[in-house]
Amino acid sequence: METLMLVLIGILVSVATYLVLSRQMLKVILGTAILSHAAHLLILTLGGLKKGDVPLIEESPGPYTDALPQALILTAIVISFAVTAFVLVLAYRTYATNGTDDFTALRGKLDE
Amino acid sequence: MNNFVLLPIIIPFFFGMVLMFGQKSLRFQRGGAMLGLILAFISAVSLLFTVKNEGVQKITFGGWPEPFGITMVSDMVSALLVTTTLLLAIFIVWYSFSSIGTAREHFYYYPAIMMIITGVNGAFTTGDIFNMFVFFEVLLMASYVLIVLGGTRAQLAGSIKYILINVISSALFVIAIAYLYAIIGTLNMADISVKIAEINQPAIITVIAVLFLMVFGLKAAIFPLYFWLPTSYAAAPPPVLALFGALLTKVGVYAIMRTYTLFFIHDTAYTHELLLWLSVFTILAGCIGALAYFDVKQIIIYNIVIAVGVILFGVAQMNETGLQGAMFYLIHDMIIKAALFMLVGIIVYKTGTTNLRKMGGLMKSSPTLGWFYLIAAFGLAGIPPLSGFVGKLLIAKGGFEAGNTWSSLFVLATSLLVLLSVIRIFIYAFWGEEKPVQPILTNAETTKLFIPTAIVIIISIAYGVGAEYLTPFMSDAGRLLADPSIYVDAVLKGE
Repeated sequence: METLMLVLIGILVSVATYLVLSRQMLKVILGTAILSHAAHLLILTLGGLKKGDVPLIEESPGPYTDALPQALILTAIVISFAVTAFVLVLAYRTYATNGTDDFTALRGKLDE
Repeated sequence: MNNFVLLPIIIPFFFGMVLMFGQKSLRFQRGGAMLGLILAFISAVSLLFTVKNEGVQKITFGGWPEPFGITMVSDMVSALLVTTTLLLAIFIVWYSFSSIGTAREHFYYYPAIMMIITGVNGAFTTGDIFNMFVFFEVLLMASYVLIVLGGTRAQLAGSIKYILINVISSALFVIAIAYLYAIIGTLNMADISVKIAEINQPAIITVIAVLFLMVFGLKAAIFPLYFWLPTSYAAAPPPVLALFGALLTKVGVYAIMRTYTLFFIHDTAYTHELLLWLSVFTILAGCIGALAYFDVKQIIIYNIVIAVGVILFGVAQMNETGLQGAMFYLIHDMIIKAALFMLVGIIVYKTGTTNLRKMGGLMKSSPTLGWFYLIAAFGLAGIPPLSGFVGKLLIAKGGFEAGNTWSSLFVLATSLLVLLSVIRIFIYAFWGEEKPVQPILTNAETTKLFIPTAIVIIISIAYGVGAEYLTPFMSDAGRLLADPSIYVDAVLKGE
């Protein structure tokens, strides 16, 4: 199961890398979103995918799955959610002000 | 229980939240920011002396036993860095009063500064690797706001690159923590150190060490990961640039210092050799950039890169002298970079350009500024009575002790290039014929900016002249970095 997940994460990372290297701003942002998906899945996978019950004490007598990676992912998700929201608005403003969403056009010195 | 450790983090956070209200009242915003920073600074100084007298201070949230809760640890290294951060923040905020402009001040400028200070102090104090990631995000999120606030075309173009680079490096940080957790099974930094020593650093831990070096190297701008820094920092207005130049890359340097002296110390032949070569190339790349530009901002920005290389060269020696020198140089560099960016800001406000070729003859109109700039430039290069000397001396001495003769000589030789790069600003901007200028601020306004700048330079002189009084603090920090068992015992076994 872990091997399957790692292959999937590898595919996600390669897709993310490909998108981040493109010139269009929106594709790059999509790439970073996919990269954070891959990172979150990686925490879950490396925490161990052994069979166990949901970590709720009242629901079952155990053994449980590891609760720590789930807490880490929850934290990382809200952080990347906030950053992505900020980047999307910033990309919109950059597009509105500079009139382009192409990174090669944003190179060099703009007016100070 | 020792809630004292948290005060330098909680006070700026509290004031940051309070300042989100009443954004139209300038007096409230400025007064609140200043009051918060001064209170936090007083608490940081008393924390520093507590750490000096009673050893490492720690607190674990919720009273959980040690590896299970989040521990905040204040040792000599972090106490010194927290104190310096707050001291510089006070003067940079003072500098902002008459330079950042009321439009920005009305739009959450001071709350963002308070949040960035919260994040920086938290990252310096935390004893938990995932908590460090969270504090990194706190300071990065606030820095995104500060770098883009105002929304000029150059700012928007520069900041989107800065943000994307940091998003990617944060994702890498999460991946690195995931790998470390899979092998070690703990997140507490002292506990990680113990567990890595138990399994004697197999090859996979060395791989993770390099991954951490990549993550923190992206934040700290080491060679070959410094490419984003010049373009993004150039977009920020002068007070924000001073804050970034003094604090942000230093958090990355601190993180490398901490992980490479606490975790990854069992395969130094590979990891620290790599760090040594990367730091040498970082210095070289910084020197090339600092000499290539005729733009005052870019010259000082490339000097950040050089200093990061010098500090990490001290860390790579892994002996007490080198680490003590790295601490001396780290604090020196935070102070002097804040001073230089503030000075360069004044020059830009006076002449209305960042291009050296369009400046000249400032010595006639503002001689005091010129002499203070010269002192700061000499301090940066490390001329003996001034602040950069002791750190670089110890770093080179550590290098000779570790047998890295040629690279130590290289570090010493590059001081000349550093001096040349900053003296070029002095020669072009202050000497020669006076040239027509379009000042952005009037003379009365730049005089107001000059007072905090002069005080920061006087602090840097005092830091160099009074190095003898600081040596006990620095040697404590050096000993703690050279011997991780002090840190581990203090965290896991109690006081």
